[in-house]
Amino acid sequence: MARGRSCVGDEMGVRMRFSGLRVLKEGLTGNKGWGPHWRSPEPKAEYDIVLIGGGGHGLATAHYLAKVHGLTNVAVLEKGYLGGGNVGRNTTIVRANYMLPGNSEFYSHSLKLWEGLEEDLNYNVMHSQRGIINLVHSDGQRDAFVRRGNMMVGQGDDAEMLDTDGVRKLLPMIDFDQTRFPVFGGLYHRRGGTARHDAVAWGFARSASDLGVDLIQQCEVTGIDVINGVVKGVQTTRGPIRAKKVGMVAAGRSSQVAAMAGMRLPIESHVLQAFVTEGLKPCLDHVVTYGMGHFYISQSDKGGLVFGGDLDMYSSYAARGNLPLVEHVAEAAMTLMPQIGKARMLRSWGGIMDMSPDGSFIMDRTDIEGLFVNTGWCYGGFKATPASGHTFAHLLATGNPHPTTVRHRLDRFRTGRGIMDEESTGSQHNLH
Amino acid sequence: MRVAGKGRIDRSQTLSFAFDGNSYRGHPGDTLASALLANDIRMVGRSFKYHRPRGILTAGSEEPNALVTVGRGPATDPNVRATVQELYQGLSARSQNAWPSLAFDLMSVNDLAAPFLGAGFYYKTFMWPRAFWEKLYEPVIRRAAGLGALGPEKDADHYDKAYAFCDVLVIGAGPAGLMAAWTAAQSGLQVILADEDSVMGGRLNAETLEVDGQPGADWAVDMVAKLSQMDNVRLMPRTTVTGAYDGGTFGALERVSHHMAAVPKGGGKETFWRIVAGRSVLAAGAIERPIAFQNNDRPGIMTAGAVRAYLNRWGVSPGKAVTVFANNDDAHRTATDLQEAGVHIAAVIDSRNDVQAKGDYKLLTGAMVDGSSGRGGLSAISIRTASGSEKIMTDCLAMSGGWNPTVHMTCHMNGRPTWNEAIASFVPTHGAIPGMETAGACNGAFSTAACLAEGEKAARACIEALGGSVGDVAIPAAEDGFYAIGPLWAVPGKGRAWIDFQNDVSVKDIKQAARENFTSVEHMKRYTTQGMATDQGKNSNVAALALLADATGRGIPETGTTTFRPPFSPVALAALGAGAQGTGFAPERRTTSDAATRAAGAPMIEAGLWYRPSYFPQAGEKTWRQSCDREVGYVREAVGVCDVSTLGKIDIQGPDAAKLLDFVYINMFSTLKEGRVRYGLMLREDGFVMDDGTTARMGPNHYVMTTTTAAAGQVMRHLEFVTQALHPEWDVRIVSVTEQWAQFAVAGPKARDLLNDLLDAPIDNDSWPFMACGPVSVQGVEGRLFRISFSGEHAYEVAVPARYGDSLFRTLKARAEAMDGGAYGMEALNVLRIEKGFITHAEIHGRVTAGDVGMGRMMSQKKDFVGKTMAARPGLTDDGREQLVGLKPVGAVKQLTAGAHIYSDGEEPVRAHDQGYVTSVGFSPTLGHFIGLGFVQDGLMRRGEVLNMVDHLRGIQTRVELCDPVFFDPEGGRTRG
Amino acid sequence: MRLSCPICGTRDVREFYYQGAAVMLVRPAPDAGEAAWDAYLHLRENPAGDLEELWSHDGGCGAWLKVTRNTVTHEVKKAVLATEVKR
Repeated sequence: MARGRSCVGDEMGVRMRFSGLRVLKEGLTGNKGWGPHWRSPEPKAEYDIVLIGGGGHGLATAHYLAKVHGLTNVAVLEKGYLGGGNVGRNTTIVRANYMLPGNSEFYSHSLKLWEGLEEDLNYNVMHSQRGIINLVHSDGQRDAFVRRGNMMVGQGDDAEMLDTDGVRKLLPMIDFDQTRFPVFGGLYHRRGGTARHDAVAWGFARSASDLGVDLIQQCEVTGIDVINGVVKGVQTTRGPIRAKKVGMVAAGRSSQVAAMAGMRLPIESHVLQAFVTEGLKPCLDHVVTYGMGHFYISQSDKGGLVFGGDLDMYSSYAARGNLPLVEHVAEAAMTLMPQIGKARMLRSWGGIMDMSPDGSFIMDRTDIEGLFVNTGWCYGGFKATPASGHTFAHLLATGNPHPTTVRHRLDRFRTGRGIMDEESTGSQHNLH
Repeated sequence: MRVAGKGRIDRSQTLSFAFDGNSYRGHPGDTLASALLANDIRMVGRSFKYHRPRGILTAGSEEPNALVTVGRGPATDPNVRATVQELYQGLSARSQNAWPSLAFDLMSVNDLAAPFLGAGFYYKTFMWPRAFWEKLYEPVIRRAAGLGALGPEKDADHYDKAYAFCDVLVIGAGPAGLMAAWTAAQSGLQVILADEDSVMGGRLNAETLEVDGQPGADWAVDMVAKLSQMDNVRLMPRTTVTGAYDGGTFGALERVSHHMAAVPKGGGKETFWRIVAGRSVLAAGAIERPIAFQNNDRPGIMTAGAVRAYLNRWGVSPGKAVTVFANNDDAHRTATDLQEAGVHIAAVIDSRNDVQAKGDYKLLTGAMVDGSSGRGGLSAISIRTASGSEKIMTDCLAMSGGWNPTVHMTCHMNGRPTWNEAIASFVPTHGAIPGMETAGACNGAFSTAACLAEGEKAARACIEALGGSVGDVAIPAAEDGFYAIGPLWAVPGKGRAWIDFQNDVSVKDIKQAARENFTSVEHMKRYTTQGMATDQGKNSNVAALALLADATGRGIPETGTTTFRPPFSPVALAALGAGAQGTGFAPERRTTSDAATRAAGAPMIEAGLWYRPSYFPQAGEKTWRQSCDREVGYVREAVGVCDVSTLGKIDIQGPDAAKLLDFVYINMFSTLKEGRVRYGLMLREDGFVMDDGTTARMGPNHYVMTTTTAAAGQVMRHLEFVTQALHPEWDVRIVSVTEQWAQFAVAGPKARDLLNDLLDAPIDNDSWPFMACGPVSVQGVEGRLFRISFSGEHAYEVAVPARYGDSLFRTLKARAEAMDGGAYGMEALNVLRIEKGFITHAEIHGRVTAGDVGMGRMMSQKKDFVGKTMAARPGLTDDGREQLVGLKPVGAVKQLTAGAHIYSDGEEPVRAHDQGYVTSVGFSPTLGHFIGLGFVQDGLMRRGEVLNMVDHLRGIQTRVELCDPVFFDPEGGRTRG
Repeated sequence: MRLSCPICGTRDVREFYYQGAAVMLVRPAPDAGEAAWDAYLHLRENPAGDLEELWSHDGGCGAWLKVTRNTVTHEVKKAVLATEVKR
């Protein structure tokens, strides 16, 4: 597996392994031995592969390119700081509970990668399989969740249907008596949970850097060089960089990056807000989603209730939202679990979501030789981080889609083939 | 201790309160913090990570240490800042994050292990063995973390929301804000002045400075009194403006009754305001920053401005022998104020060299405090001077690293503040919030005179922008001192010097983060957790990034800041979500038959926002199935009555009405004859089914469309889009009349007999054949009658104006009962329609084409319609699509379940062999077995095939035969009969 | 955020429904071809800047509006009735 390791050699020094023992040793000697998590190299004039975007997916792609495919002459170009996009501003949920072919196998693949990620990266990303419960409020909704759960089980993942008492045991904080939409049960996905989002980006970055990938921050791509339909490299704020292959993996700016190559994507950018309360003693041990209220919530290891809801619904690059959605989310919280009324919202923030016409992602070659696209994660990109990296690395390295992404083609909207509309709301981007 | 002759509280009255079970006394006007300090309570909490003893640091909402829990049971309010909580008789507060007690906290062992728990330690360990994370490591971390605990019951307090509108919103009622509000008010504009404090005046209440020749606090009282007399001014004390949003919208939280022992009857705990303002003035003041030195977190060490506030406003000295440690002139006021009040100043330590004492106190210049000692609270500090070191006994250290303008709100819309070298801090960038002016200390203007002048100027800018005018407004005379500062962020030295008090982030942590290449300020914040505590870095951000800049060799402006986000200070979810508790979350829509239905004991179920009856139980029935079977029998054998008013009804009129219908339905409607109804299927523009329903032609240019309950709003908006955005040239008008008409299905062999008893002119099969419609007179009421059927029986839907609905339902129900029938609910309706293979949104769930539900041939070739082009895409017409089938159990198990999947017969029930899924099932009492509808790959061509149905979740498996979805009366003779 | 409905005046954004880019106003002919329809329904300029978009005042008068709004600052620059755009 670790073919990339040898290329770094002495130039890098021996990678420092993280472990409890190491923490102990450093603690006793003044914590002076900790080195940089990643190098900060100057960009080279040419790479085999340039990845545009140093978010979670870009960093994961770099890691797997090096580790699985032995490709280390790779640069990740990040206009800001590593992991500064959606990987650093999401509600940290990890799950494999999709209903439709294409998504089902992809997220199943991703969850398996999560389960080995800490070992793979030698980094504790605090992947916590605390279980996710999708609440059910009507017979019709139960049937739809049963259908989804049966898909999950058929895929080899886990799903159980809880009745009201089953939910009550796990989530005593829910108001079962008088919510507007009473809780009749829930779809329980035990292997679902959360992870420490920043750590995921840092773990991938550290590993990729150790394996020889150049991570270049404060380096904005300003142009994509294409000659006769073949990509030749990129222009950046730190000078031109030649590349044999270029991967666009810049969620939140996908349309702008693609426009540099003359492409128009089936993407509309929207703001999704998220929220956290002040720290509280443990009161919520699982992730809960409340479909009738477009609301989901979990409690972080620091004690903050982390929650979110629907899009603000209008196109936006502002990474911030407005009050109607803030209030709606709080209202959902109050009808579902009024015990948290005196928890105080500490902070709200927003991320830019690349919304696709069917709510599912796009990972494909483009009409330009050597140029690849990875976009359209809507608001489900975090849980996909390992598999997005793994499969995008596969596509970049081999030129062919990974078996779990064969449906996620760029032309599926034009042809109607392989549309994966989980929300069943049709081609309007913001409804997914 | 209280100081005689100081403070602006009412000492004539005494209030008793409790902290951690002990009783104390305070006065009206006290905060919990001032009352605790008056009672010489210094340790009030434990820090987040290391559980270090902590005391009160500040006198404002930025307090990071003194977080307590107030109240019990459903009123339990955790993480209350003692510095903001006003004292009332009987207040009971307790400390948090300590066990078994505040003084002896077992978790303080964490502090001993601190060398191993530095920045980011958890990313480097707890990875082995894997299963231990959820079972051992994470629970331990979770229990140690967190601050207060939620109460054990649901929040019982009432909260409100409200809107307010004004021309000028002034945020903050210190000298700048008062002056801005006063100036704006002179112009006649509508003004709102909001301040988070209970008393307006800001720092004027905390200082001894004069305004207009009188004590500043008195000037503020006078000004507030004048403003309160003006009709165009609204004063909102105890109101924190929490966020700036688009379009001049602000969020604000009013603490309505936190200062009372109980919420008054009819009142609320808090009100969350949405304030819309034409222009705004931010006059939010400034927050003093601590200085980092070894053990600078010991209880008794406070910010210098807070010490002054406790003395001047509350008449409290937090110590008997006070020391001051500062890098600026301002902090010297703490020494002079205390001295004038008779409190001993042990020393003033100023890190600058060329400083003169402002009074008769011991001044050490070019000196720094580099350590503290004392058990449970400060007893001494160690000082490093040019000549060596010394130790000074002191029980209170007032420290000041300078003041940070409260720029937070100017960053809520992604604005970045500007570094100002003169004050060694950030000031707002003008224009960061559209329409917002900044004034006073939040703008970096620290003298009282400058605050007053800037307030006037900011208001004037707002007035001009709004097209108003104002004459000369006198600016009162006030102190105009020069703010001199020599930056000092951290005292060099060993040990842990704290930056972020609540989250236990030290100077070392920041340096270590930089060493580990977390050099972006966002990386540093996220790695160390600096700035992520409940104060959102108000006390620590500037110092932290100055230290990061130093560690990375960059300047502070290049290092930049993290993003300040709303809310400015935390807001209770109960306030943001006011009104939503219980059933308040969404409107409840009830049909006209609701009262009669509930009176009949029918359990109601939600259908979107509507409530509909599940079934109508009768005595002796033990399960819903018994009721359902009986109700199905009504329709199949006698007559059943069902309220179908929740279906969307859209009235469509105009010469081009037929064009509209032809365009939105896949089939033709222009050919529909007057007095006739037709079933129609609608697509979205992407070619998938949107909705179905019947449309009746009531006149040459008049149609009434029905939609499903679920899609009523979507279809209405769609029709509006088509008529306004795509074809405004069409002469057609549409209006939703869902609520205007009560409509009831009357179905069964005796349906016509029942109706003829009610109709003023009886009907027969010739005058009212299947799919006929028209106006009727129902016992003198003008109504409409449609001969349509969702059950496959001889059936009608009769509609009357909604005000007659209750009466008509009761009549129909009674007469049906007299004819061996009765009312039926959603369960029976569902079985009846499955027996006939009629689809609902369980089948047209948004991913199916007309072809998938067997209606491909309905798509007219003669016209364009919405969705036609995209429905022809290869992916929507390829072989292999999942198509609608009927399902019958043919294995040993005779049950079908909705949501089950269908797999190839004889193969493992796994994804690779997945053939489809079940959408609707019901037990058909008519046929005597379960029937179902579902989708199977190429299902239209596979009737008669036997496959394997597996419901992994419910543990049910059976073999199913694919069949025609119409199980009952496939020829339709009963419908027409 | 607040939008100016030409019929009702300035109202809070919560009264409005958002559809997306105003390209939806120009529906291609049925035979315009795959590319035109793909562009109509799916492909978007998606600018980080001024965008013409469609809103419905469905919590008010029901009018469909073409709004010009900046997607970075959220500044609303213009709002006209969809019926006026087409005439």
